[in-house]
Amino acid sequence: MTTEQFTSAFETADRVESVPPSGIRRFFELAEEADDVISLGVGEPDFAAPWAAREAAIDALERGRTSYTTNRGRKELRQRIAENAARRYDLAYDPDAEIIVTTGVSEALDLAARAHINPGDQVAVPEPTYVSYPPTIVFADGEPLAVPTAQDEFKLTREALEAAGAQDADALLYCYPNNPTGAIMTESDLEPIAAFAREHDLLVFADEIYADLTYGEEHTSIATLPGMRERTIVFNGFSKAYAMTGLRLGYAMGPEDAIAAMNKVHQYTMLSAPTTAQEAAIEALETCDDTVEEMVSRYDRRRQFVLSRLEELGLSCFEAKGAFYVFPEVPTDDAEAFAEDLLTEAGVAVVPGGVFGEAGEGHVRMSYATGLDELKAAFDRIEAFL
Amino acid sequence: MLDADEAEVAAAIEDLEDAGIIQGYQAIVDWRAAEDQRVRAEVELNVALDRETNYADIAERLAQFPEVVSLQLVSGDFDFLMRAEGSSMQEVSQFISDKVAPVPEVTQTVTHYVMNTYKERGESFETDTDDDRLSVSP
Repeated sequence: MTTEQFTSAFETADRVESVPPSGIRRFFELAEEADDVISLGVGEPDFAAPWAAREAAIDALERGRTSYTTNRGRKELRQRIAENAARRYDLAYDPDAEIIVTTGVSEALDLAARAHINPGDQVAVPEPTYVSYPPTIVFADGEPLAVPTAQDEFKLTREALEAAGAQDADALLYCYPNNPTGAIMTESDLEPIAAFAREHDLLVFADEIYADLTYGEEHTSIATLPGMRERTIVFNGFSKAYAMTGLRLGYAMGPEDAIAAMNKVHQYTMLSAPTTAQEAAIEALETCDDTVEEMVSRYDRRRQFVLSRLEELGLSCFEAKGAFYVFPEVPTDDAEAFAEDLLTEAGVAVVPGGVFGEAGEGHVRMSYATGLDELKAAFDRIEAFL
Repeated sequence: MLDADEAEVAAAIEDLEDAGIIQGYQAIVDWRAAEDQRVRAEVELNVALDRETNYADIAERLAQFPEVVSLQLVSGDFDFLMRAEGSSMQEVSQFISDKVAPVPEVTQTVTHYVMNTYKERGESFETDTDDDRLSVSP
């Protein structure tokens, strides 16, 4: 090993340099440094994957199933994904031609962007947004167009799209049920968005990773609306509903040519999604409906607790009906300072809304993917802090 | 969950109680988490029957003891499976040797002290709930 000092010859490419570092990172570091922190800042389930799914993964490893799968994922898995999409969301996709299994939805979004965005293409993104969307678009040489949604309880509306100038955009990328706000889009909410997309010839990238986590309302996929299937790619995966974040498994469903283009990028850059995770996913879809239902009912209990505590504390918040987030307003102008003080003085970690784009300013994201006892303790601390 | 109103559920529960289907309600306790000590033994009992004495007679006699928390007739190598509890191992041992073994029909006792409980009546006793997720994530 040499101890000689040297200057790296690498210079970061412009498209990477242009993306600012994630604001979440800073809060993660602060939270890691502090002692005795209750974190409401976690964007993943606090449950482990259903036991049956874990056992299927163990079994696959024991049998030595450690090779690649076909590029698009194991046929049996694609068949089950198609069956599940038909049964739960009224979506009909051909497992042989219209579904691709990916390394998390993150990869699927990256594939979709690289396969369908040309340099300079505009992609409308409702804001506040999941932190990865704008960079994913930029890495594909596209241009994100922020569509602020704060005025309508964080639902996307036709008015918001028009105000942001999305009629000139090439595509729309959104996540509903939403991270970070917990907002959902019902069928009647989606209809004007679908009409807008048809009128202005927008492609729609619909990230529906939280589709199974809705409370009191059924999830509707925009691809089920008239004239939308041909212009929509639906993204979903196993991370949230089946608590399999670390197994990294997602999928995309869309028109044959769109999935073929994504597969072209996928086969050269990823080859195939993790084999062990695919085995777990087959089992999850086959036998774990009950576990998902149980998790959903537990999230709902926590959601109701969190909403009622926010109301008691006078923190204004709309009734979030999806995912596992609430997005209350904070009583000061500076949500980032509020979140930092709450962390250092009260030991509760939340994520300041500005991290998710300008439209999130003045709010914080609180996740209720945390046990009820911890939520109770966290809100007692927040109460004392206020 | 049941999609029924409170009064309906209360009435249904009352009916089950009246019919003797619901016999009682008890807390599921993880004694490791409590200050009080609790020792549990699962005891295998073999008994000898005669014309005047059947299993139910013996069971009735044994079930009288407050230390006996459950008593079941089982198939297999022994006759009764008895669960006994006390506040110390000495107390439970004394109970078995002084009260149970001397019962004339009891021919043999095999006592298993419970060393750890992982799951009881459907509830898992979690041993380690360390949250290994990143404390803040997107």
